[in-house]
Amino acid sequence: MTPTQPSTTPAPAGPSRGADIWREVTHHGLFWPVVALVALLLACGIASPGFLDVTVRDGHLFGQLVDLLRNSATPLLLALGMCLVIATGGIDLSVGAVMAIGLAVSLTYLDTAPDPSNVGTVVTAVLLGLGVGALGGAFNGAMVAGLGIQPFIATMILMVAGRGIAMLITQGQITTVTSPPFKTIGSGFVLGIPTPVVIAVAAFVVVAVAVRRTALGMFLEAIGINREASRLAGVRSRRTTWTVYVIAGVLAALAGLVYGAPTMAADANNIGLMKELDAIMVVVLGGTKLDGGRFYLGGLLVGAMLLSTLERAVIIFQFPSQTTPLFKALVLIAVCVAASPTLRAMLRGRRRADRSDAPAAPVETVSEVTA
Amino acid sequence: MSAAQPEAAEPAPVDRTPVVQMTGISIAFPGVKALDDVPFRLFPGEVHALMGENGAGKSTLIKALTGVYAIDSGRIEVDGAEVRLDGPSQAQAAGISTVYQEVNLCANLTVAENVMLGHEVRRGPLIDWRATRRRAAEYLARLNLDLDPRSMLSSHTIAVQQLCAIARALVVDAKVLILDEPTSSLDNAEVAELFRVVRRLKDEGVAVLFVSHFLDQVYEISDRVTVLRNGRFVGEHLVADLPRRDLIAAMIGRSRDALAGIEEKARSTITIHSERETPFLTAVGLGRNGSVQPFDVNLYAGEILGVAGLLGSGRTEMARLLSGADRPDVGEVRVQSTLTRLTSPLAALARGIAYSTEDRKKEGIVGDLTVRENIALALQARRGTWRPLPRRQLDDVVAKYLTALQITPANPNALIRNLSGGNQQKVLLARWLATAPRLLILDEPTRGIDVGAKAEIQKLVTELAQDGMSVVFISSELEEVLRLSQRLVVMRDRHKVDDLVNTDDVTTATVLETIAESGAHA
Repeated sequence: MTPTQPSTTPAPAGPSRGADIWREVTHHGLFWPVVALVALLLACGIASPGFLDVTVRDGHLFGQLVDLLRNSATPLLLALGMCLVIATGGIDLSVGAVMAIGLAVSLTYLDTAPDPSNVGTVVTAVLLGLGVGALGGAFNGAMVAGLGIQPFIATMILMVAGRGIAMLITQGQITTVTSPPFKTIGSGFVLGIPTPVVIAVAAFVVVAVAVRRTALGMFLEAIGINREASRLAGVRSRRTTWTVYVIAGVLAALAGLVYGAPTMAADANNIGLMKELDAIMVVVLGGTKLDGGRFYLGGLLVGAMLLSTLERAVIIFQFPSQTTPLFKALVLIAVCVAASPTLRAMLRGRRRADRSDAPAAPVETVSEVTA
Repeated sequence: MSAAQPEAAEPAPVDRTPVVQMTGISIAFPGVKALDDVPFRLFPGEVHALMGENGAGKSTLIKALTGVYAIDSGRIEVDGAEVRLDGPSQAQAAGISTVYQEVNLCANLTVAENVMLGHEVRRGPLIDWRATRRRAAEYLARLNLDLDPRSMLSSHTIAVQQLCAIARALVVDAKVLILDEPTSSLDNAEVAELFRVVRRLKDEGVAVLFVSHFLDQVYEISDRVTVLRNGRFVGEHLVADLPRRDLIAAMIGRSRDALAGIEEKARSTITIHSERETPFLTAVGLGRNGSVQPFDVNLYAGEILGVAGLLGSGRTEMARLLSGADRPDVGEVRVQSTLTRLTSPLAALARGIAYSTEDRKKEGIVGDLTVRENIALALQARRGTWRPLPRRQLDDVVAKYLTALQITPANPNALIRNLSGGNQQKVLLARWLATAPRLLILDEPTRGIDVGAKAEIQKLVTELAQDGMSVVFISSELEEVLRLSQRLVVMRDRHKVDDLVNTDDVTTATVLETIAESGAHA
């Protein structure tokens, strides 16, 4: 919250400090997403006893909650890149397709390699996949930052063409390989924690540090809010914009590897299908606005968890799995409406009489998000 | 202080009731009490000036009256009945129309579409465009404007666009017309035209609320004036009864003598740069197609170069070439005798060149970032993405400039867009000063800024030059340019037409003559 100067605002006479804290908490951008997440988890716990139990088996963590964390890894990786792109006022529709391309390249390489189970070969395969993701991101970035094409259209090119490219790479087949080290990426454990969770958290920490412990985050926000003013202030807005598309590409490819590793089948048509929309949803649930500027990485953790919990809840409550998008839509609407400044202003208008410091403009949140 | 105390407002004319009566208006923003128990009234058929420094609450009061901001307390009456203005449309329905400083019409629509927007002549569900254009032409004719209603609004000057905005106010049958800094980008003839229209509306019984920083214009057009300071009501006076010095004193809350002191200081620090050493920057034949014709210029350390010329004369374009904002087609630049290509603002910044733009909102502030971040932006950009400024160092820099430039609120966490125009300008100055530039290019640094802040900025500029900085000072106000600069460049029609030392015999008149004369030559 913007600190309110004590000198200019009369101290609330009656309400206690507790009320202030309560207000601050309920006005936090993540209040409603967290409420939704907790409610959903509790509901699942009631409907399916044992849902909230976590056990240790063979030194690994097991349980539905652990599965949820594992399932959150892919959307979190995608949303990380998406969030940075959105901060610059852009969007990346190609992340789902890039997932498919990255996986197709990695698995095709493994398929043709003499010994797919060799750790060195797997590392090469992973780096190839990530490299192709970077290439895709570089293409997007060049279209947006270099040629000034609208991000929606520029990234739609790769979104549409990407699956065709992946098909070409796999020669129209669903390439399947057997490589235990590669499979570990998706279904293994590190120190008892599922590998995808470790990868996603590591990526989150790396991105958060790169963004908030350097000036990158401020530049991204400045570009997203006022590109020309940023340029005139000396910010390399084109290069910076290009960079975030590359980052988004690499993270999308990584998400593809994590997502496809358990089955090790490069199904070019279905890997990452509609995942770009999941990623956007996670960003929005995390409190970042689509028009660019201020972004909140911490919110992505909540958003990704909320998304995967929702997907699981649909199964637990025995709805047909085809209805999942409907429930996603409902949660999205509920959270967005609850967080809507217009609605808040309307509610505030009613309570205006008993408020001493009602601001006429929406209350600004300036929190330093340092992961 | 005594001169600034609120005087008892004189009795209202008994035969008239105010069309707008605001009482006890208060509005607070996070960290800022923008208006505190402010009264305001407006009579039909008068021009009422609203005066005050930046941050005094003028814009906030206008936004309360136009329904943009909801008021926290107080009451607004229109024609004697209390109204609740929850949005601009309600204000419009109540007969209140606004013409803003930046024209808020759609540049990519035609004149007729803009004037008649929302009031098109309909035939059933369809719009009768021919009749709509005819109606638009009628309204324009009432303002003596002979325009093709089918022409694009963007093809006209800002002045004409503003008159179109006023024509639009006629369409909605406004009882109250708010003119917020309407003259800041107009030349004298255009101002005269605007005032002719304003007088005509006034005679028709429209109440006009006029906001301007130009005292001459306030005295020329207004009947009554209300003065605000720091969000509080200072007084309401008949303009005829209020000497200028009292008005200024009331606005800034300082005595006339203190004010004179600031200006005197600024003037006394001017010293003519006698011996010419190597210029900090030399431009030879620098030009850009469709922007500014090739020009030569030398910029010296410790010297203020004033750029005089009308709006659109190429002064901003010149600044953009010197600061890397635009790339030149021809010519060369030497910085301290070294041939340099200023390919980007960053390249210029790296050579110690800072450029504060003319358009504060579009090219200056980053609205949703804090004051701290806005100050840090250029400094950080020069250090690069991966070498963040240590927090303590940044806080020191920010604290230093918040104090030195008297930025209010002195809150580094406030969003810059919640600050008043003058304070935003000071934050932008801080952004550039924090980079310790060798050359500071200021494009209209005092536009839309009140007398107090203006004098402060002028004083600062002279001090910076005294400390050895090279300054380029661009302003529409010729007096200001003449008072501050040691040397003058005159621009006309995208040409540099003169380069002269600012001696005692250089006056507003001679400079204007130069502009006119060179026109005859061209």
